[in-house]
Amino acid sequence: MGKPKVLIGYPIKEEILEYVREHCDLVEMDYSKPITYDDIYEVIDDVEGAVVLITPIDEKLLDKANKLKVVSNITVGYNNFNIEAMKNAGVIGTHSPGILDDTVADFVMGLLISTARRITELNNFVKDGNWKKIENNHLMGNDISGTKVGIIGMGRIGEEVARRCSLGFKMNVSYYNRSRKEEAEKEFGISYKPMEELLKESDFVVLLTPLTDETHHLMGEKEFSMMKNNAILVNSSRGPVVDEKALVKALQEEWIAGAGLDVYEQEPIDPDNPLLKMDNVVLSPHIAAGTQLTYDNLAWNAAKCMVGILEGEEPVNVVPEMRR
Amino acid sequence: MNKPKVFIANEIPKEAEEYIGKHCDYIMWDFTRRKTFQEIVDIIKDVDGILEVGMKIDQELLKQAPKLKVVSNISVGYNNFNIEDMKEMGVLGTNTPGVLDNTVADLIFGLIISSARRIVESDADTKAGNWKKGEMDKFFGKDVHHSTLGIIGMGRIGEAVAKRALGFDMKIVYYNRNRKPQAEEKFQAEYMEMDEVIKKADFLVVMTPLNDETHHLIGERELQLMKKEAFLINASRGPVVDEKALIKALQEEWIAGAGLDVYEKEPVDRNNPLLEMKNVVTLPHIGSGTKKTRDEMGVVAAKTLVEVLQTGDSKYIVPELRNKQKED
Repeated sequence: MGKPKVLIGYPIKEEILEYVREHCDLVEMDYSKPITYDDIYEVIDDVEGAVVLITPIDEKLLDKANKLKVVSNITVGYNNFNIEAMKNAGVIGTHSPGILDDTVADFVMGLLISTARRITELNNFVKDGNWKKIENNHLMGNDISGTKVGIIGMGRIGEEVARRCSLGFKMNVSYYNRSRKEEAEKEFGISYKPMEELLKESDFVVLLTPLTDETHHLMGEKEFSMMKNNAILVNSSRGPVVDEKALVKALQEEWIAGAGLDVYEQEPIDPDNPLLKMDNVVLSPHIAAGTQLTYDNLAWNAAKCMVGILEGEEPVNVVPEMRR
Repeated sequence: MNKPKVFIANEIPKEAEEYIGKHCDYIMWDFTRRKTFQEIVDIIKDVDGILEVGMKIDQELLKQAPKLKVVSNISVGYNNFNIEDMKEMGVLGTNTPGVLDNTVADLIFGLIISSARRIVESDADTKAGNWKKGEMDKFFGKDVHHSTLGIIGMGRIGEAVAKRALGFDMKIVYYNRNRKPQAEEKFQAEYMEMDEVIKKADFLVVMTPLNDETHHLIGERELQLMKKEAFLINASRGPVVDEKALIKALQEEWIAGAGLDVYEKEPVDRNNPLLEMKNVVTLPHIGSGTKKTRDEMGVVAAKTLVEVLQTGDSKYIVPELRNKQKED
């Protein structure tokens, strides 16, 4: 019996490719330039398993992929999966939960501190040669230690952020989540609040919800208008959780003091997006999980999930909607 | 009785100014421009106290201020004090320890994460409109969690940094002139000789005060001991690090990067090579810089100044000048 044919739609390290080649017949692709949806569509016909990062797995692709059994997402978010279409086609989707939590939580803290203490702005100020006198009262930032942070979405990453805020920075942490997390409440000394109350009280609002129909534009004009004038928004979940137009308005009209953003409604971000011009906004190109070690671990997980399923093992890390 | 006369040389919050006004006569500098030495001399010839940040207090200045009894620093560092000259002239000096510990420690973590995760670099690139699909690894950084934090100088701020590191499950190693058993227990911090701390650290945080012993504490030898993938973080005082050696270490990639809030010369020279380096985060000595903390420091410094003028003593007199009058 021949090895199952598979493809890997994003560059990963050679060691992992080798592992996949041992178990499968790997479609060799040119990783020197970005691999597009069309590149994958082109070769999908006989493919039984695929490892992808953000490639949409939609009806069009599934129609052509007659033999496809499993798609393994390198990362933890899987809004690139058309769940219904995959279910109808009998294709299992897996993702990589639990691997990037610490790395993302570190980055969330980095965005929070950088925005509050104006690190990007002041770094540019110094590097551009504008630091001319010692008097620096006009360069003051916002306090972090001792302030209130509200986390919306208390999953694993939320808990890691809560740990850092509460144990490390002596912040007063509250959270909003569909379900209460009593263990986390005890472990980190955090408290549950209705969303409206959380928005009104917090000095920092951190978004960590997955993107679903319910969380689409969770933060809109109404929510921003409830926030404190000196408050800062940090979004490291998914772009469309925030109504970006409303956010731009809230920043322009100074309803809030600043924002630290890793995700956007459109990615890569439009070069004409007004956010790019704002000194009180820290922008990063969706890299909260971006360390080499974490990426390698995610890629290993995706490769092993795919190979395991193709070799008839009990599927692991199947996305919740597809679990039996 | 005449009220003592005070020179307020730096901007302070309204509350601090009012407090001084209640107990003293005062002259406040117009903060829109820099003071010349002659202008300062004209003011200080009959003052009893000075409230300032970073003003050089030495023989040259003290000679011009025959009535001066106390200089109150609105900062925790006091390397602007020439201790010997002040002792000789019988002038006391005070600082504001404790108030700013958390604020400085917050910024130090900002320097750690923003250099490790390349936040300033990726922000500038994104704002320049350079973000393209499929380049995810362009800004891959180093993990902070579970790495090793090395702290040289475990005072109050060092401890506040160690506390934050616990939230990131970091391993903490430290060097200090004397061991801190309490800190070791609270933060599971391990004491080591300085060279060992330097060798082990993924993030080396220098947190010593500046004095003759700590001047250029981190030089070529020390930078060569560091790991190639390690970062140097300095938010203490610039001259604790030999900046020429640091520039060489960065240019020759002995270390991965640096997060700096302080420099040998401040404001930093425009042609300092550090300003050209993408793997260096440069901040304008803003460690204690939040409005609330600066206001608190101003109030503490003002109250200390008045206290010394009224009683001749305060717990905020710097250690080297303490008990001065009892010895006399």
